[in-house]
Amino acid sequence: MSSNYFKVIRSGINSTFQDEGRSKLNHLGIPFSGAMDNRNYLLANKLVQNNLNNPVIEFAYQGPHLKYMGEKINIAITGDITFKIRSMTSEINGNCYETYEINNGDEIDILSTNKSVYGYLSLSGKLDVNYQWGSCSTNTKSNIGANNGKKLQDEQIIKISKINKDFIKKKVNYLNSKIEKIRVIKGTNFNYFSETAINNFFNKEFKVSKLSDRMGMRLEGPQLENINSTNIKSEGLIKGVIQVPGDGNPIIMLSDHGTIGGYPKIAVIISSDYDRLVQIPSGSKIKFQQVELLDAETLFKMYEMETQNLLNQI
Amino acid sequence: MIKNILNLGDAALYCDFGQDVNKETNSSVIKYFNKIQQLKIESINNITPSYNKLIISFDLKRIKYNELKNIIEKIKIDKEESFQKKIIEIPICCEKPYSLDFARLEKKLKLNKEQILKNFFDKKYFCYMTGFIAGMPFLGDLNENMRAQRLETPRVKVPKGSIGITEQFANIYTFESPGGWNIIGNTPIEVFDNSKEDKPNLINPGDTVIFKEISKEKYLNYEQ
Repeated sequence: MSSNYFKVIRSGINSTFQDEGRSKLNHLGIPFSGAMDNRNYLLANKLVQNNLNNPVIEFAYQGPHLKYMGEKINIAITGDITFKIRSMTSEINGNCYETYEINNGDEIDILSTNKSVYGYLSLSGKLDVNYQWGSCSTNTKSNIGANNGKKLQDEQIIKISKINKDFIKKKVNYLNSKIEKIRVIKGTNFNYFSETAINNFFNKEFKVSKLSDRMGMRLEGPQLENINSTNIKSEGLIKGVIQVPGDGNPIIMLSDHGTIGGYPKIAVIISSDYDRLVQIPSGSKIKFQQVELLDAETLFKMYEMETQNLLNQI
Repeated sequence: MIKNILNLGDAALYCDFGQDVNKETNSSVIKYFNKIQQLKIESINNITPSYNKLIISFDLKRIKYNELKNIIEKIKIDKEESFQKKIIEIPICCEKPYSLDFARLEKKLKLNKEQILKNFFDKKYFCYMTGFIAGMPFLGDLNENMRAQRLETPRVKVPKGSIGITEQFANIYTFESPGGWNIIGNTPIEVFDNSKEDKPNLINPGDTVIFKEISKEKYLNYEQ
């Protein structure tokens, strides 16, 4: 049997194996994890005709540089990414949302995400990774999941099994829309904050701090004044919750978030806007807009329909 | 009993069991948690119990807030239910460099280090819940005079094994993690083991924890 693998020449800033994530474990302190931008994750798998819950390589800002050894394979990259594919005889600039055939000795060099954070590399086969609690998703904070819970490392080998030999060129037209406002629903501690704080929260811009990662997005801007208590009894969290600690700087819980927190919750990001939220790079500005539960449900339905439409076009 | 249910965003229920944090309220939360788990409702992603709250997150593709709220409101809890309880001893070293926040605590609590340690080690602690990070136990209750607020700005990195206190509770950082608790020491023990998929947590809700002070020398030479 032939062996197929990538050799990691450069691992990138934060490259991990991800799938849909793991549920029903929050009570043990184990978060959902999974691909940060779910739509781009699904599109990546669909392009190479995989099951939609297959593992992919997620990268942030600068992606990995990989050398492929083995029999011919199809790959696709989703997001807003600059990347090159090099063979013995040529070098091309790759397009996102389009499959490419990769042959023995070819290299994929994922240089950067463009004014965004996350991108996905899928391939027409199965990444040979270990699963924990039904998911391969790597959570580097708890050392859980594929790759012993660690980021990709330089020089490591990524084995690939079960190559799908159906090489139909696939492509979908999709432009990641840049966001103007992130929509939120009032949080359960909304009334802990002063009128000025609430006005600032909905009218002023916040800057995404460079201390942001898969666990949380820290924001810098007008400090949000708390008029009740800066602590609450620790309680469960979900992704998208915006906590405000005593210093008044909001922190948004992301996919690898702590399962419990004790800072007041001013608001929660609505489900339809999560994919776009996580793509806002550090240093960029963000503004919030309040919506009601019913609006959020309708917006999610539209988001889901749009995702399904894109998947159906492939 | 659940006093009130609100929405937390568009894909979670926020079930409130009342303001008081005590073993009775917490036991009621745990009973609901067990019951809802047994029902195996497909559209539920996670059920997260805490002292006096139960957060139920769900798959918005399958169910909406009001539909799930109706299901949860109809749940009846059987009166008597017991959960497994263990007594666990945790060694900790409270010397430098493990005791990060004594200066801050001495000022906040108006107690000296000796008094703080005596109060801390004289207690038995009840595990109310686990979480925040994998396997972290939330242990109560600290004496009234030991209750300090969280740090104004949480640390980006709290060392693995740190023992923190805030308000009426103590906890153990099972991993290096961001966090805002006041750190008094560190344990060499593994409190979370992810190679045990069925029982990764050393300490579980309902268990009793006793802390035992060890020297830095003993800490450095500790064998699991």
